[in-house]
Amino acid sequence: MLDRHTVCLMKVAVCVKQIPDPALPGELDPSTNTLKRDDKLILDESDSYGVELALQLVEAAGGGSVTLVSMVPRSEVSGLRTALAMGADDAVLVSDDALAGCDALGTAKVLAAALARTEPDLVLAGVESSDGYTGTVPAQIAACMDLPAVTFAKKIEIADGAMQIERQTEDGYDDVTCPLPALVSVTAGVVEPRYPSFKGIMAAKKKPVDEVTCADLGIDPGTVGAAGSRQEIVNVVDAEAREAGEIVEDEGDGFERIVDFLSELKVI
Amino acid sequence: MGLNTIWVYAEAEGDAPSSLTLELLTKARELGEDVAAVVGGDGAAIAGALGAYGASTVYATGDLGDALPGGAAASAVIAMIEGGNTPDAILFGQTYEGRDAAARLSVKLDQPVLTNNTDVSVDGDTLVVQTPAFGGTQTVHTAFRNDGVKLAMFRPKSFEASESGGGAAEVVVVGVPEAGSAGLARVTARHAEVTSGPKLDEAAIVVSGGRGLGSADKYAMVEELAASLGAAPGASRAIVDAGWVPYSYQVGQTGKVVKPSVYIACGISGATQHLVGMKGAKHIIAINKDSEAPIFGIADLGIIGDVHKVMPSLIEALKSR
Ligand SMILES: Cc1cc2nc3c(=O)[nH]c(=O)nc-3n(C[C@H](O)[C@H](O)[C@H](O)COP(=O)(O)OP(=O)(O)OC[C@H]3O[C@@H](n4cnc5c(N)ncnc54)[C@H](O)[C@@H]3O)c2cc1C
Repeated sequence: MLDRHTVCLMKVAVCVKQIPDPALPGELDPSTNTLKRDDKLILDESDSYGVELALQLVEAAGGGSVTLVSMVPRSEVSGLRTALAMGADDAVLVSDDALAGCDALGTAKVLAAALARTEPDLVLAGVESSDGYTGTVPAQIAACMDLPAVTFAKKIEIADGAMQIERQTEDGYDDVTCPLPALVSVTAGVVEPRYPSFKGIMAAKKKPVDEVTCADLGIDPGTVGAAGSRQEIVNVVDAEAREAGEIVEDEGDGFERIVDFLSELKVI
Repeated sequence: MGLNTIWVYAEAEGDAPSSLTLELLTKARELGEDVAAVVGGDGAAIAGALGAYGASTVYATGDLGDALPGGAAASAVIAMIEGGNTPDAILFGQTYEGRDAAARLSVKLDQPVLTNNTDVSVDGDTLVVQTPAFGGTQTVHTAFRNDGVKLAMFRPKSFEASESGGGAAEVVVVGVPEAGSAGLARVTARHAEVTSGPKLDEAAIVVSGGRGLGSADKYAMVEELAASLGAAPGASRAIVDAGWVPYSYQVGQTGKVVKPSVYIACGISGATQHLVGMKGAKHIIAINKDSEAPIFGIADLGIIGDVHKVMPSLIEALKSR
């Protein structure tokens, strides 16, 4: 029998970014000075922690749902499918040509509007993306949605509608308590992301992905994308390179080379 | 043209402003006529130092109790701006609180925020920031094209702090309006890790270990080597994520930025996110068994070898000196 208390106890929405494989060298498009994004996109590893944590929190709550929200060019879903294969239930995909060249604030406005449609109890995000790393988008989303934000969380527990969070600080961590609904950004290593199983991968292909545009979200395209970013890349120059040093094979005397180097520098 | 008023989001470490705050104040003096500091917390205690580095005024919220300071400080700034006291630009450190404050301000003022900068200059009536890209091989110059306040965040150690010769700043206590839902999160306890020896981001020598150490217990070699050199021990993110050492040891993009005189990387590959945190070191020594490891691309002395052989001999040799 279905206990009604276990139905949708916890609705978690997770922001996930699909990015070019960081193992491949990035390149600026010289005509637009924006990052080229021609290759297949993958799930940003920084976001896999949020996905895993969402799955664990829903499980601990005794039921609920995990919805992914992603903004991406060209309706790409390959990275989303990875997160769906891990166990997320469904996804909202925002794709619109007007979003090209979107800055952090524009991205947050769009994601906030998409997230609002899912009416989440909790929004999770990575602390920063691997390719953009502004580290501001999660807190910007929270401000757009008028939610409390706890950033740089390294541990979350939920009991009686409130979260107990360990939040990273410069020299340790703070215990933070925060009621739901709220947004939390999580650090890498907060949990160990699972690998999708074969069954998960097969199931992911059939999971619903709701694709929406700016118009669907009620967003004026002039306020987001390149048009809304109100900044201009005026120049890209080569940075000063470090001079190549001396690289030697250790033949039992490697440590002596270091001792000599340090004493030349007069630090020992 | 040029800019008139520059505010710096000031953070304290204990009872003094953080070094990053002083770096930003020093740079702010170059950019505008008048420099003020915004403090989420008690301003009086650090007004002397803030003044000495160029702030004429300190806008302080006073004790924030158990509120998260970034959001509260942002609320106070918004109230000042709504009341007609508007700066041309606000500079933030790329820190936890700096990100929170800048992110909230950006939304509430509907202004862009430019992050991860390492330099800035005035161009006419706007600012142009510089940001390292592609592992620091290129520098991107970006101009603000917004009409309102320019919000810019800077990485630590982008500027050298120097005193202005000015006196103590005038402290103006500003109100923190009810932050609404943003104010619901509360700090219930603070935990600081006690470390002995020099601070990671201030040490003259840093010895860092990475996944190449093989296992958590081998980090003791890094600590021993650091102790014998009076150095601070550091780490790559790989071993922080693995739980071998606390986060406060992490060097790199999401960790500390260090600029020591000597940086010794042991079993660290040299991923770009690590390099941005230590490339500013004057001298770099690397020990790695892979001759192709990217860390050798920036090392002044590279030893292609096994950390389990090189490090114990090195520790021995230094001890017997
Ligand atoms: C958004 C984002 C932010 C990040 N921020 C940071 C950051 O702040 N700091 C950071 O460090 N990383 C950061 N990273 C992670 C970074 O990309 C690398 O994954 C990480 O730096 C790798 O750590 P490592 O060099 O210890 O491990 P690995 O890359 O696994 O390298 C281990 C090295 O040890 C060598 N080795 C193995 N055995 C031995 C031996 N016996 N003797 C000698 N050498 C040996 C290997 O040849 C290899 O080069 C970030 C990544 C992302 C996506």
